[in-house]
Amino acid sequence: MTDKAIDPDALRRKLFDAGAGAYAGFEGWIRNENDGQSVKRLEYESYEPLAISGGEKVIAEARAKFPLIHAHCVHRTGMLEIGECAVWVGVSSAHRDEAFNACRYIIDQVKVRLPIWKKEHYADGNSGWVNCERCAERAHPSAVSL
Amino acid sequence: MSKSITVRYFAIFREHAGRAEETVLLDVETAGDVFEQLKDRHKSSEPLGHCKVAINDEMAHWNTAVNDGDTVLLFPPVAGG
Repeated sequence: MTDKAIDPDALRRKLFDAGAGAYAGFEGWIRNENDGQSVKRLEYESYEPLAISGGEKVIAEARAKFPLIHAHCVHRTGMLEIGECAVWVGVSSAHRDEAFNACRYIIDQVKVRLPIWKKEHYADGNSGWVNCERCAERAHPSAVSL
Repeated sequence: MSKSITVRYFAIFREHAGRAEETVLLDVETAGDVFEQLKDRHKSSEPLGHCKVAINDEMAHWNTAVNDGDTVLLFPPVAGG
């Protein structure tokens, strides 16, 4: 978790390894629209102790499921403007299949399991907390504990 | 028997409750009981299953027992990413 801007290039460089033939990364960006409403900025809140321990558990699960060399995830907190990077996931591995699959696994789990919330601030001055029920329905119900 | 429970509210629950934390005396057995008895505070319209709970900084289930002196963290539906 960080309240500072995410630097994807710097994070990606940490995943380099002589044995890595593949890297897969995901960046979640702040976009200017959600459900037909014009979004000006997004505010992220987390409960950091459990967001970190839960994130570490997700990374450990990804490592157990896929033969990875490195895996890392960073999530922002605080007020973010349109275009800013809210979450970054990167993995390196010998081959591309496990890199793609592990990256997907990590971001999907992070979105539905960690105690992180976002509040959309709209162009009309209103704001609202986003809940992730549709995401939650896609996750495995048995995997909801951190 | 009433138990002294420290409750922490997050995100929309905190805004509804108008406070981040409070210690209350509640006649409760489980984390789910805490959630139900404090509904006029957090005002959740979500089914219990969409929300999460932690007790003393450990993720818990709604049927997990709460003890006198526990800190119960009430999490609205999460939305990372």
